[in-house]
Amino acid sequence: MSEPTTSRTVTVTINGTMVEREVATSKLLVHFLRDDLDLTGTHIGCDTGNCGACTVQVGGEAVKSCMMLAVQADGLDVTTVEGLAGDSGVLTPLQRSFGEHHALQCGYCTPGMLMSATALLEHTPHPTEDEVKVALQGNICRCTGYWNIVEAVVAAGKSGSA
Amino acid sequence: MTTVETTKTAALEKGTAKGQSVPRKEDRRLVEGQGTFVDDIKRHGMGYLHFVRSPYAHAKLGSIDVSAALELPGVYGTLTGDEVAILTDPFFQIAAPPGAAVKDYALAVGKVRYVGEPVVAVVAETRELARDAAELVEVNYEPLPVLVDARKGQDADAPILHEDCEGNVSYSGVWEWGDLDAAFAEADHVVKISELHFDRFNSTPLETNGALVEFNRGTGQWTIHTNNQFPGFAAIMMGPAMRVGLDKLRIVTQDIGGGFGNKITSHPQLVVCCLLARKLKRAIQWTEWRTDFHQSMSHGNERWFHDTEVAVKADGTLLGFRTKALDDAGAYLRYEPLGGVIWAQVAPGLYRWRNIRLEFTQVMTNKAPVSPNRGYSRMQHLWLTERIIDIVAHELGFDPVEIRKKNYVQPEQMPYETPNGCVYDSGDYPRALDIALDLVGYSGLEERRAEAASRGKLLGLGIGLTLDSGTNNFGQSQLINPDLQFSGNNEVATVKLDIFGEVVVTLGTTPQGQGHETTASQVVADIIGCDVDTVHVRVGHDSYWNSHAGFSGTYASQFAVTGLGAVKGASDMLAVEMKKLASMVFQCSPDDIELADGFARIKGNPEAALPFMALGAIVNANNAGFPEDPPTLNCRFVYRPPFDVPDKETKKGQLTLTYATQIHACIVEVDPETGVYEIVDYAAVDDCGTRINPQIVEGQVMGATAHAIGAAMWETFAYDEDGNLLTPNFYDYHVPHAMDMPPLKTGSIESPSPFTSLGTKGMGEGGGGGIHCVCAALQDALRASGGAIVYDSHNPYHRVWEMLQDPGPSRANVEVSAT
Repeated sequence: MSEPTTSRTVTVTINGTMVEREVATSKLLVHFLRDDLDLTGTHIGCDTGNCGACTVQVGGEAVKSCMMLAVQADGLDVTTVEGLAGDSGVLTPLQRSFGEHHALQCGYCTPGMLMSATALLEHTPHPTEDEVKVALQGNICRCTGYWNIVEAVVAAGKSGSA
Repeated sequence: MTTVETTKTAALEKGTAKGQSVPRKEDRRLVEGQGTFVDDIKRHGMGYLHFVRSPYAHAKLGSIDVSAALELPGVYGTLTGDEVAILTDPFFQIAAPPGAAVKDYALAVGKVRYVGEPVVAVVAETRELARDAAELVEVNYEPLPVLVDARKGQDADAPILHEDCEGNVSYSGVWEWGDLDAAFAEADHVVKISELHFDRFNSTPLETNGALVEFNRGTGQWTIHTNNQFPGFAAIMMGPAMRVGLDKLRIVTQDIGGGFGNKITSHPQLVVCCLLARKLKRAIQWTEWRTDFHQSMSHGNERWFHDTEVAVKADGTLLGFRTKALDDAGAYLRYEPLGGVIWAQVAPGLYRWRNIRLEFTQVMTNKAPVSPNRGYSRMQHLWLTERIIDIVAHELGFDPVEIRKKNYVQPEQMPYETPNGCVYDSGDYPRALDIALDLVGYSGLEERRAEAASRGKLLGLGIGLTLDSGTNNFGQSQLINPDLQFSGNNEVATVKLDIFGEVVVTLGTTPQGQGHETTASQVVADIIGCDVDTVHVRVGHDSYWNSHAGFSGTYASQFAVTGLGAVKGASDMLAVEMKKLASMVFQCSPDDIELADGFARIKGNPEAALPFMALGAIVNANNAGFPEDPPTLNCRFVYRPPFDVPDKETKKGQLTLTYATQIHACIVEVDPETGVYEIVDYAAVDDCGTRINPQIVEGQVMGATAHAIGAAMWETFAYDEDGNLLTPNFYDYHVPHAMDMPPLKTGSIESPSPFTSLGTKGMGEGGGGGIHCVCAALQDALRASGGAIVYDSHNPYHRVWEMLQDPGPSRANVEVSAT
């Protein structure tokens, strides 16, 4: 009987750069990003998929990276909060809007909020307040009470693309 | 329609940084994912720590076998309670006897006393391996009877948690001011409330506790990267327990993912990390799992109020009250029994009654230890005073608005000395209430009530008032333990001009989202005459920076007074030095120099101007030839509020320096068929004196509102009879989500504090205003359907449904008698 597979090589395009790594098959995508690739902008707040601090985009969809194994991302495009502004360093309208509307305090939930809202704005460029609330229902913030976050996303939609 | 509407009632001074909502300096790195939180810190070869935790609420510890775990490849080592008991002393206890006899170690020794208590620590190459190895640790437990309900803690057959304490009471004391007998003799009515209950919850910051700890064998020194929010307190707990001086404990914080008081008491876990870093000769990484946090960290104080009696005159004048508070401390006294005195900062609430008696008893139970949580201990007490007002109004037929205004401390009475010697520095409660009522549409209330009734809904209005007492006088600790040697308060800042004219600020504080880098920059910029963007504030706390003191940290609503007071003091010193240096260069009087736009220049002669860079360069790199020593341009200031030690006999004294106010009001609609209710209007009006950055202040008000709404409606740390926490994760512990939030309107007034150098007051806790006003609104709504009395701070839909189905039990809780 053969030994169970405990690690595999995965190839993932992260923020536009292709990386190839040997990863433990039990490793969560969020730990792969944070521990192996040092992309620590993606956070962990709950271990149970409730809080959304670990939200990234996989294949263009917002995904909670603690609910997915690293090996499941093999061959896919992943975007993290570090990839939003891009190499130019110019913040996206959404990132700027978060600052302007005081949509963050401690900043721990912010990467997940930005990734969920970015996905929303890509599908729905000019969302209503209710559409924003629905899109963010999987993201917990303990500092702001959400009012300024919702305002910031709506404003970013009014100002143009994400 | 926007969700938030803001009413600006005070004109802001223009042309200075102070008072402006300048953009936060923190935001850029945080929206790019470039913050540095504790779990982001890595070291080569570090070991991941996982705790083996007790599955029992109360048990004797038998043998512990770690050998199977140690045999697993990649496991670096373990630590047990037996080792801890040899290597450390029990933590210092704040309590006087009987609580003083509690022996609290970093890991369980001899017994476990709550589910989730750390028993063994396992360190391994990866977090997954550490967790797997922890499963291999064999611990023998001998279960003991469990005490969950604090009300049974003093029964003859109650299980005893700490045998050395000869009972479960950690602290008891009688607090009485005024003349209760005279007040009740003068009263026309006495309202009696047999039991009120303030529920157990906490603010559950999204980032859990954690640390990265290194030990330097050459110096015997630990470097503790952590998100502890009160390093001064952690250090004085850790040093004596570890038998080392505080110079051996370098505590460093950077970005912290929320705190709310819940990150003050992580010192036991930090000690475990320190011991293992030394034992295993490698860096130790510990990040608490979410369930670990819920089960073991910093629950808010659960409190009952029994046999409350209120003396009321026929015209609604409140003369006084007496009550018995029973506080549930959980299994250990990590910050307790300070909750036994903190409430006294706001003993009369916002009201003028002069006669108050409160018998305080704190009991230890087999539940997670309680520790500060946003609004710590005052929130529970203010909930009592607000409940009293609304129950009195309900029972005696007074209007909840009018009875408040009649009994409020009035603006012309400020500063107002309370019956226990606290001084309310400033405020205008009636005006703030009027603004809040306008914002929720109070004038059309009865029409709205009728309209809601036509849809089959019960509509109610609630008011919740809070006092955010800030800048503690730690001398109040002596009122619960006269032998303690703590008093006053302090905070430190350094401000310097560096070689190229950089303005560099260090703080002793540990912000968790309050924007200290921004507000400190605003204060500095105005004083030394430069742009906010050119002021660099170092992130977080580092005990190597010499910018800390014994009470350094971020807690208890004080930065705007202590932290900014230190920043102002250091900036004033620097301004004097810069003028002196410029006067030495220009050979004029320092009085002839002004600081503006990044220059030190002679007044009225813009040609004679030295840029900051020149000043910095002269002192740091070009200082030969001065006839006398030039100044250092490196200034350290310790802010110390003017406190005396409170009187231990009368329990009177100034317990805090400032009193910010938040007035909350809301309107709820209740479905009488199901008990489901919705907040349809909500307003919060803040008065924290002079605001340095109004947007940041408003953000704090919003956050406090959200926490309170969560606690009022969904959040509870509920236990079963065996002491199992029923809400150990975010599935079962429902915190509000975006869709849960009601529309919010905010307003503000500014009543500058006469006691602080900037007119500021500490703020940010908000004291549970939302809990108070939701309770009041529910009671008002239920008036039309049985008239239940709201008796609990936590009112999930099923409890409302129960009160609708059978208001009898809640009504039996209240009795009114004429005297």
